Parts: sequence; structure tokens; C-alpha cells
Amino acid sequence: MFRNVESPSVTKTKLMKNTTLKYLLLLLFWGIATGEMMAQSAGSSGSKSMYALYAVGALLLTGIWMQVSDKFIGKKSAGGAQDGSTVALQQGHDIILKGAPAKKQLSVNVKTYAVRPSDFKGLAPIPKMEVEVGAEVKAGDALFHDKAMPDVKFVAPVSGEVIAINRGAKRAIAEVVILADKEQQYRSLTPPQLNACSRQELQDFLMDSGAWALIRQRPFQIVPAQGDVPRDIFISTFDTAPLAPDLNYVVEGRGEAFQKGLDVLARLTDGSVWLGLDGRGQSAPSAVFAQAKGVKKCSFKGKHPAGNVGVQIHHIRPIGSGEKVWTLNVQDVITIGALFTEARFNASRVVAVSGDECKENGYVTTCIGANIGDLMSGNLKGENVRVISGDILSGTTTNAAGFLSPFDDQLTAVEEGNDFEVFGWLAPSYARPAVSRTYLSNLVAPGKSFHVNTNTHGERRAFVVTGQYEAVLPMDILPQHLFKAILAGDIEQMEGLGILELSEEDVALCEFACTSKQPLQQMLQDGLEMMQEQV
Amino acid sequence: MKKALLKFFSSIEPDKKKSPFLHTLYDGFFTFALTPDHVTKSGAHIRDGMDLKRTMVFVVLAMQLCYLFGMYNTGHQHFSALGQYVGLWDGWHLKLVHGLIKLLPIIVVAHVVGLGIEFYYAYKKGHGIEEGFLVSGALIPLIMPPDLPLSILALSVAFAVIIGKEAFGGTGMNILNIALLSRVFVFFAYPGHISGDDVWISGIEKVDGAYVGEIYGWGHHLFDSIFKGVGWETFGAGGAAVIDGYTGATPMALAAKGGWEAVTKVYNPSDMFWGLIPGSVGETNKPFIIFGALMLIATGIASWRIMISMVLGLVFTGLLFNAWGATPFMEVPWYYHFSMGSFLFAMAYMATDPVTASSTNVGKWVYGFLIGVVGLIVRVLNPAYPEGWMLAILFMNVFAPLIDYVVVQGNIKRRVKPAAAKA
Repeated sequence: MFRNVESPSVTKTKLMKNTTLKYLLLLLFWGIATGEMMAQSAGSSGSKSMYALYAVGALLLTGIWMQVSDKFIGKKSAGGAQDGSTVALQQGHDIILKGAPAKKQLSVNVKTYAVRPSDFKGLAPIPKMEVEVGAEVKAGDALFHDKAMPDVKFVAPVSGEVIAINRGAKRAIAEVVILADKEQQYRSLTPPQLNACSRQELQDFLMDSGAWALIRQRPFQIVPAQGDVPRDIFISTFDTAPLAPDLNYVVEGRGEAFQKGLDVLARLTDGSVWLGLDGRGQSAPSAVFAQAKGVKKCSFKGKHPAGNVGVQIHHIRPIGSGEKVWTLNVQDVITIGALFTEARFNASRVVAVSGDECKENGYVTTCIGANIGDLMSGNLKGENVRVISGDILSGTTTNAAGFLSPFDDQLTAVEEGNDFEVFGWLAPSYARPAVSRTYLSNLVAPGKSFHVNTNTHGERRAFVVTGQYEAVLPMDILPQHLFKAILAGDIEQMEGLGILELSEEDVALCEFACTSKQPLQQMLQDGLEMMQEQV
Repeated sequence: MKKALLKFFSSIEPDKKKSPFLHTLYDGFFTFALTPDHVTKSGAHIRDGMDLKRTMVFVVLAMQLCYLFGMYNTGHQHFSALGQYVGLWDGWHLKLVHGLIKLLPIIVVAHVVGLGIEFYYAYKKGHGIEEGFLVSGALIPLIMPPDLPLSILALSVAFAVIIGKEAFGGTGMNILNIALLSRVFVFFAYPGHISGDDVWISGIEKVDGAYVGEIYGWGHHLFDSIFKGVGWETFGAGGAAVIDGYTGATPMALAAKGGWEAVTKVYNPSDMFWGLIPGSVGETNKPFIIFGALMLIATGIASWRIMISMVLGLVFTGLLFNAWGATPFMEVPWYYHFSMGSFLFAMAYMATDPVTASSTNVGKWVYGFLIGVVGLIVRVLNPAYPEGWMLAILFMNVFAPLIDYVVVQGNIKRRVKPAAAKA
């Protein structure tokens, strides 16, 4: 009911059906009222209104049947979007906030960078170090590798001196910190001939150059094991999260490397490389995306999380049991392409600086693992501010001592909401974004942008309200039942209900909307860990 | 105001270790007055403004008109039976006060007993006071007969909250609707107080086989002294005889005996629609219930799927009975079933309880439809029970997990299929 891959006109009629049903309810009440009136005035022979009511009843019965039969009896499974088609998603919600990044470059001076093993899922907590404190490294030199996959190197994003190897709990390696050189030096690479080399050679080159580590494999969002071949590769070329960077802007001037990256990826899978294009219509996707060659494309139209790659995979070709797919961010593809076009590991990243607690919003050009304090220095308005690496729904809390995660292209500054509010549940003292329709300000001004804080606006409760998650998750998944299965530790049920198709970012909006303030992303992570232990 | 409140609360905060029960109470009132300063720790860094308190309060707000009207109608029915102040607005102050005197104790007792148990369990289990009883407590007075003895009410509320909810783990865990469970307790344990012709009009007693008005108590006399001062009509001593032809029967009881004709002999359809008939306190006025239902749909708090499908279920079964037409009750035109009895009230506030209804969107369609079907079957075909919605909803509450199970299995099958086909 929530998806279709047909032409726009069909989309519209389906969109209308839900609203039509609601209006029919109104009509029915009206019918009862008039029937009542007529019956009074003309004894009990209000036959005309009776026939009208019969008609309305029959119409409604058809409506209910269409609604129910589709999901209850029909065996239609998700997926099946074709190359070049547009998928219209009905569920979702756009959270509009103040502090969107302006299309301008902010100047920053980043001194230290770090690579953190914990950013890469699926690694053992103590990787094998290949450098020591004090070593001089070039950008692209190996820093460490995981013992289970010794050929997959995790490399330095910049050249400089390794000034610290910090350890965390149980002596796990927390971060390898590099003090960057003023003049960057790169380890010189000799890429294989793309058209002539074997897949094995190509894989070996990617693993050795450090680019393999930037690939994430679903399920579980892990670094793919040595020599894995995915069913398909998926790349989302737009981001619908709150205050997200405009990837059309990010990719400007880097089209050649992006296309080269796609060519490389196409050699790594027997299936297809899929690009998810922005079909919302506010701005046309950049020519870099829309005219990319050698890939399949599918446009997605709808509110957040339409830009999440997990949602797109679900509608193109869902992950079945035992299947593996890869996902990459746009800038990771560019890094892979640059291995061939520039013959070096180019870890540069354009990162959006967003949130209205920043003095200036815009973009910075830096590298993977840049120090947050350097990136945000002098740009924060106040003290009581939380800096998030990533978007406000699924990013991680960080601070001046933290470092940019390799998979994040956004920093968000948001006010901490550690304050009480008098009768906040009844009469809110300030406007706040909400999926709920009980806030008048959100109803009268739908496009309004909000200042937000991190207050939970209520306490945690058991699951009470139903249908809430489904309304913001455009996938054929029953989130509430999935989460209950996770709480019960029922592995079989979890897999059946599609846990392997989800990652934390996909349920982030459900978590935002949750009336009971349940920690859904944490729960999903626990569930995925349980699943991983079973595999 | 915030600073003053915070100061006040910190001055009265009891010691958590010395008096844990008091601290639970304190915490409940504190979070009621001041939304806590909790910030997000993991996952989404910002959260929707909606929480369970706001959800529950919106349901309570949606039934305020029913409360107001129920109070007035309680008085109106009392005086109508006595043949006094027959016009709708005649003696309005007396009707309102009579309704208040009847209703207030019910509201107070329901809340004191229900919330008391809730507070106790929150303290015992060491968690915050949950909001579940806000709605149950507001619903219970609306679905009881106005003259219900308070001891029975207290017992039924205690039964519903302890056995129906706390035994299952508290708010969000119950299988049966709490408000209906308390009513069904009275229904089966004290049938004389909730069914039959004698109970639906307040302040009428049977003395030596004849109905007379009750002797007014101190509450009425207190207001009498005020009204006398202003020069308005007063209650007087009470004990007046009822009018000739008084039956006290509800439309439902009449329809079971003689069909629609028997109903219209006593009540006209307009009065039934506007709720000027005897019945449970809050369920008689249909426009106000429809207003509440629309409010709940507009704010997205109650499921429109359940409401529509329940109406459809009623229409479907009603048409079936009309075509069959074996008894006079079956021949009652299907659309009059909306204005008789408590269908709309059950639809708006009872069936849509998210905890006990089906939790899948598809399941909600089936759940609502079957309530409509079963409820009307009980209403029309069962000679013993004059009204069916309470039993139908409780029945479907029990079956809701089964409906969900089928839907969930359908979802699992859809997912497993492509992989299986490949292998």
C-alpha cells in the first residue's frame, strides 16, 4: 500500500485513497445525521437518504476490501523497482530545522586527524597495529589491520606524525591520532588497468589501498570480508535527513572521479550498481548522478527517510536471507575513483556544518577523521551545545576532542534541552517539530522551520500507541512487532520480520516519533548483534 | 513561575529511602507539573513533543462535552420522570446540580480507587507513575448508570485495575480494556444494578411496587438554600410520584420487545439523537460523541481505521438483519442502530484503545469490522443482554492478538518467499 513503481498518475490515485477514506467517514456521519432529520420529518420513510447511505456503505466496503486484501491475502512482496523508474513513498516525515548549511565554503584549520577502529563495524576490538607512536606516515599508508582479514588495510587519511595511540576500555584501541604535515605527501599507488585486470587483482588493490574499508556490507553495516562479492551495490545520491548536506553541491567538480568509482564498483559485483536519485522535484539531481554510466538508476520521491539507502534497497531488491549487498556514500565512491584518476588515496571530504547553534552554516573541505574541535573552533554560539557527528537523528554525540567519522558528511550543533518545562505536555512553551498532529503551530504553518533542543519531552513508557512507526517507515516492515521480537530475543521472528534489511538510521525517525520514548536505534543494534552472533 | 514551582517542589521533596511511597507520589506530581529535564542519550538526538501524558489528555479532552451533557441529562431524566421541568431548559440549575451530585462521587471514587492502586504498584515496582488510568478513570463514570452504588463501583474499578492491568504488567500490557472490564464486572456480578428498566434514571426508587422520586439528601438541601437566596426554583423535599406511563426502559429494551414502533411510542428519534433519553451517563448524546471522534481522528490519536470498519461492520450486519427480518428487533432499520444505545461511544473511545486493539494497520480493519458484526448480533439476537458493544469489544480484545498473528505471519511469508524461490 505504501509503495508503487508505476507512473506518477497511479501514484496520485493511491495517495488519494487514504485521504478519501477519511472524508468518507465524515460523509457517513453526515449521512446519519441527515437520515435522522428526514426520518423525523417524514415518519420512518426516509427512503432517498436510505439509498444514499446504502451507496456510501457499499463504497466503503469496497474501500476496506482494497485496503485489507492487498496486505492480508495478496502475496505481493517488496522490491521490483526497475531501472529508470520512480518510486513514490507515502510514509515519512520531513523535520524542518533552522540552520541549514548555506552553499559556501567555511575556512578551517585542522591540525590533528584520527582513525578509530570502532568506526568500522565487524572488527575485533584490538586490531594489529602496523605503526608506532612517533612514526611518520604518508596519506594512504597502512595504520592497522584486523587479524581476521590481514589484507584489508586501514590507512592514514593525511600525512604526518602518529602522535598518540589512545586506548579505551579493556585496552581496545580507541584512536590513532596523526598530527598533519603542512605539505601533504601521498603514498604513490599503481592502479591496475581497469579493463584488463582480473577481479582478484582489483580487490587486492582496493584492500591494500585502504578503500575497501570504506565499503559497508549489509546486513550489519560491516566491512566486507576479504574477497567477498556482493549481490548488488547501492548508492544513495541524496540525503533527506534534517539539515542534510546537498550532495549535488558536494559532488561539484568531482564528477570524473565519481564516474570512475562507479566503473570500479561495477567490476566487483555480478549484479548491478544502483544509484538512488532524488525524485522529489525541488532540485534536479546533478548531471554527475543523472547521467552516470554503467549503473542502474531509480528515483525516489517522498519525505525522509526516502534518501536512506536501506529504504531504497528495500524497494529495488530487498536483502533476502543469506544475501549480501554493499552500500557506499557518494564521497566514498569518489575516493575509490580517485585511486585511479589521481593514483593516490584522496581522503578529502566536503562536510556540512549545520544547526542553528553555529554562528555560520556552510560547508568545509577537510579529510576523513578531522578533529571536531578544529572544525568547529569559534563557530559555536553558546556553551550548552551538543555537537553531533552525522545528522541529528542518527549521528553520534561528540566534542572538541572527538574526530569526524569516516562515514559522516555532516556536523550538527544543537542546544541541550536540560531544562524543565511547566506543563510541557499540555501547553508547550515553545514550538517544536512533531509528527503528531496535536500541535496547532505545526498544522497552521506546515513549512515552518524550528529551533530544537535535545529534551526528550517526556519519560520512557511501555509501547502503547500503535501504527506510529509504520507511518514514518516506508518499508513493508512491522516495526513494533520487530522490536517486541528483539526484546523477547526471538531470533527467528526477528529475521522473518526483516531485521536484516534495517540499520539504525532507518528507524531513527520512528525513534523521533515514538510517544513512549523507546530507544529504538539502541534496541535495533542489540537485535542485530544477537543476529550476528547466530551467523 | 517555573523557578517558583521548582523551589516549591524541592522544598517538599520527601526522602526517597525513608518514604519511598511518598517519593513515588511526589515524582508523579512533579512530572505532571514540570516536564523533566531529561535529554536524549542514545539514538535520535531530538524527539517529538508527543508523550504519553499528552496522548492521554487529548482523549480526555475529547470526551469533555459528553461529561457536560451527561451531567445535565442525568438531571433532566430525573425531573422528566417526575413530570417536573419537562422543557429542556426549565429548571436548568436544578438539573445540573442533580447531575453533579450524582456524578461527582462516581468520578471521585473511580479515580481515588484506580489511581490509588496505580500509585501503589508504581511504588512497589519502583517505576514512575504511568498515565494509563487517566483515560480509564475518565471513561468509567461515563459508562456507568448514574445511580450505581459507590461500593460496587469501587470494587469493579479495583478488579479491573488489579486483575486486568497490574497482573499483566501495567500500562501498555493489558489484554482487556480496563474501563470495559470494570463495567463487565458490575454487569455479571451485580446484574440488578446495571440491566433492567429500573436503573437508568437517577433518583427514582421502587416503593411498594410503585416508582417514586427519592427523598433528597444534604447535597440537594445545601444547594436549595443557595437557590432560595437567589430566588430560583428549589428541589424541595423530594419523594414526588412519577408520572403516569413511566417505564424507565431504555430504547434498547423497548426495541427488543416491539421493534422500532415500540421505541418511537416512548422516545422520538430526535431526542434519541440528541441524547435526551435515559442511559449510561456519557453515551446518549450522539453529536457530541461524533465531535469527540472527529477530534481524535483529526489529531491522529485514535485509529480512523477502527472507527470506519466498525461502522461498516454495523451497517453490514444491520442490512443482513433487515433482509432477514425474523423478529421485530431485526426489522429496525439499520441506520437507527446508530442512535439507539452506545454504538458511537464504544466506537470512539472504547474500541480505539491502542493497547487492546489490533496493533497492525491491516488488523485494525478486521478488528473493527468484527466488533461491528458481533456487537450487533449480541444486541439484536441475544434475549438476555440488551446491548452488545461492551461484550463485543472485550471479545475482540481477546482475539486481537490472533488477528495480529495472522498479519505478522503474512509479512514474514512475503519476506521469506523471494529467498526461498531462489534457493
